[in-house]
Amino acid sequence: MAAKKSNVAFVRETQLPELPPPSIETGLIKWMRVNLFGGISGTFLTLVSLFAIYYILSGVLPWIFNGIWDTSNVRECKKALEGASGGCFSVLRERWYQLLFGITYPPDQYWRPSIAFVLLFLALMPVLFAQIPRVLLIFSGLYPFIAFWLIWGGTIVAPLVALAGFFVAYFVYQNLVNQSFAVGAVAGLFAAIMTWWVGSFVIRFATEMNVIALEAVASRDMGGFMLNMILGVICVFLSLPLGILLALGRQSSMPIIKWICVIFIEFIRGVPLITLLFVANVVLAYFLPPGTTFDLILRVIIMITFFAAAYIAEVIRGGLAALPRGQYEAADSVGLDYAQSMRLIILPQALKISIPGIVNVAVGLFKDTTLVSVIAMFDIVGMIRGPILASTDWSGVYWELWLFAALLFFVICYGISQYSQWLERQLATDRR
Amino acid sequence: MSAPSQASFKISMLLNDTRYRGYTFQFTSLLLLFVTFSYLGSNLIRNLEEAGLNISYAFLGEPAGYDINQRLIDYTSQSTHMRATIVGVLNTLLVAFLACLSATILGVVVGVLRLSKNWLISKLMAVYVEAFRNVPVLIWIIIVFTIMTAVLPSPRAFRGEDPSASMIFDAIAFTNRGVYIPAPVFGAGSLIIIFIFLTSILAIFWYRRYATKLLYGTGKLLPVFWPSMAILFVPSFVVFFALGQPISLDYPSLTGFNFSGGWTVRGSLIALWFALAIYTGAFIAENVRAGILAISVGQTEAAASLGLRPNRVMNLVILPQALRVIIPPLISQFLNITKNSSLAIAVGYMDITGTLGGITLNQTGRAIEAILLLMLFYLLISLSISAIMNVYNKTVSLKER
Repeated sequence: MAAKKSNVAFVRETQLPELPPPSIETGLIKWMRVNLFGGISGTFLTLVSLFAIYYILSGVLPWIFNGIWDTSNVRECKKALEGASGGCFSVLRERWYQLLFGITYPPDQYWRPSIAFVLLFLALMPVLFAQIPRVLLIFSGLYPFIAFWLIWGGTIVAPLVALAGFFVAYFVYQNLVNQSFAVGAVAGLFAAIMTWWVGSFVIRFATEMNVIALEAVASRDMGGFMLNMILGVICVFLSLPLGILLALGRQSSMPIIKWICVIFIEFIRGVPLITLLFVANVVLAYFLPPGTTFDLILRVIIMITFFAAAYIAEVIRGGLAALPRGQYEAADSVGLDYAQSMRLIILPQALKISIPGIVNVAVGLFKDTTLVSVIAMFDIVGMIRGPILASTDWSGVYWELWLFAALLFFVICYGISQYSQWLERQLATDRR
Repeated sequence: MSAPSQASFKISMLLNDTRYRGYTFQFTSLLLLFVTFSYLGSNLIRNLEEAGLNISYAFLGEPAGYDINQRLIDYTSQSTHMRATIVGVLNTLLVAFLACLSATILGVVVGVLRLSKNWLISKLMAVYVEAFRNVPVLIWIIIVFTIMTAVLPSPRAFRGEDPSASMIFDAIAFTNRGVYIPAPVFGAGSLIIIFIFLTSILAIFWYRRYATKLLYGTGKLLPVFWPSMAILFVPSFVVFFALGQPISLDYPSLTGFNFSGGWTVRGSLIALWFALAIYTGAFIAENVRAGILAISVGQTEAAASLGLRPNRVMNLVILPQALRVIIPPLISQFLNITKNSSLAIAVGYMDITGTLGGITLNQTGRAIEAILLLMLFYLLISLSISAIMNVYNKTVSLKER
């Protein structure tokens, strides 16, 4: 053994420690080589985009940092800038309330929509995040009535009566649903309408007596970004149930129901929203009994809701179609009737698949609320184009105002789409 | 099991028996629909009587009495409302076509660049997509329109010894009254050139088919790109110079206080076109990205292992499969562009919403007729595009045995 060992000149008995990789193959340098300067075209693209970023930032940054925040009109602002590049952000400060609430909302009542706005997030929390205690859903259910009272004012009896209608409907439904779903639903609806009819006398009386009343604000006094929020939130929530009904109707085996739904959906989806708003603005009045006056905001809500419902119906139809046939058959084979199988088996799954599409429709709908400025409603776009840019104080201050409006929409729409992607990951039960 | 006889039918079965319940339900909803429509219709008739109106399309034959500054066909203020409507239709189609084309190009480029290995460029494209998708298109239209009308110099700035603005290549002038571009002038003999150009396009198709046939028949690979380019341009150019350049350009030039000559593209058209293109381009980019990502890596690897070169992998394997995913949402984006072009009314571009649904409606007071016609027009476009899409989907759907 010893002799054999001596034949070998040298045997290393321990393994050498690993050498660090060459410096151009690690860390930042490697990352830059791969991701920024990979090949000639990659380098070229990097240089071009670096130049583009520099060009944009060199224009925008001084404009933002030199911005003037405390002048009362554009001439003072131009004087304060002394020819340097800078934004007149003082327009945002001076017209802040107009941008948010419009011109005619009573200034001493601005706290009301502000509280409603904050409460909106509290009410949405338990709906959006399953981790939050379910008890708080009660508040979410009450929110529409609270928000209505806060924004429109008037006596608190009105939203209470509306709420009572829902409660009565629920009790009647619960007691009769054992007979059949249809009987429960129809009786519940009837009970609610009766409650509201009786309640309308109570409301009239309470309005005269001013029972716990806030100053009433008419719908036409809503404006600014508040109007966009009101339209967006109300129409999304109203269009969801309508969209589900339309989607179910379109899948129905009853030909007349099916064709009513198909025609409605295809008609609404085939025309631009703006023509529907024209209908709300000038045509709808012809179809109502002579002498009825009907809030423009309400007509617009109806039209936007129809519009969004048609799109949501198509999204949900996709979800229904994506469910395996076996789910329908399984529901039938355990003896559930149509309403039960839809409520307990089909819709929960179909809606889960449809969430990304529904969120897309909701984001699109929220952006489309700016279209009401075309029919002379003063939402944030209407406010900027009309009263603010037309005033002698602020004519010519385009960029600050438009970028502010764009930023508001961006924050909300981007937030919603990020939430939807998060939710999709949470709900991806089939991949875990 | 025998069929239930008529005698055993009870009234309560209309509600409780699933065989008859459907009929009850449908009959009730039809009745409700009928009642609602007759109620609305009777209201309409009463309202029209009270206002002393009727439903009539006679107004389309009356002189319109307003001017349209951006038009593709002849039109004066003495032309009829019908003519104004047609001008509007053409303007809608023009802006929709331009925007669809540019949005597609933009979207494909951005979608591919978003998948680039270059970190900076993919992040930059992500910023573009998110920024433009999440802001209402109306705001973009107005922003671009503001640039076109408030930021660009007036024609006066081009005058004088030391003008503060100058034309690009002495051919294109960006002013706040519109963009002036050279217009082609067709002289005698230009028809021949156009004919030869069209024939060259046909010849390219013939050549490519021949090359494919030769490849499949003999395995011989002909070059395609450069010969195609040669066929496209050489004959037309030769004839163009042989005939003494019959097609020339009419350049816009400054006369007095404004430009004359060439074509004028109004700022409103550019605003609408550009804003729709960048807004919808962001959506198309996402569709393209999703389409490419939907093709599994295995397809690329399989094609590469067959020995195909990278651009052939793209052309023969990846793109045909990705297009199946990309085209349906792309077409619905085209539909969105067409419908969103109705926002023209916000910047005063005279599309059909601006003429028929705008000034004509306000002048004649024929709200119901005008809006009905307007809706029918958009409906017609939507339905024909959906029909095309259905045919396309049928042809590309996977042929499964």
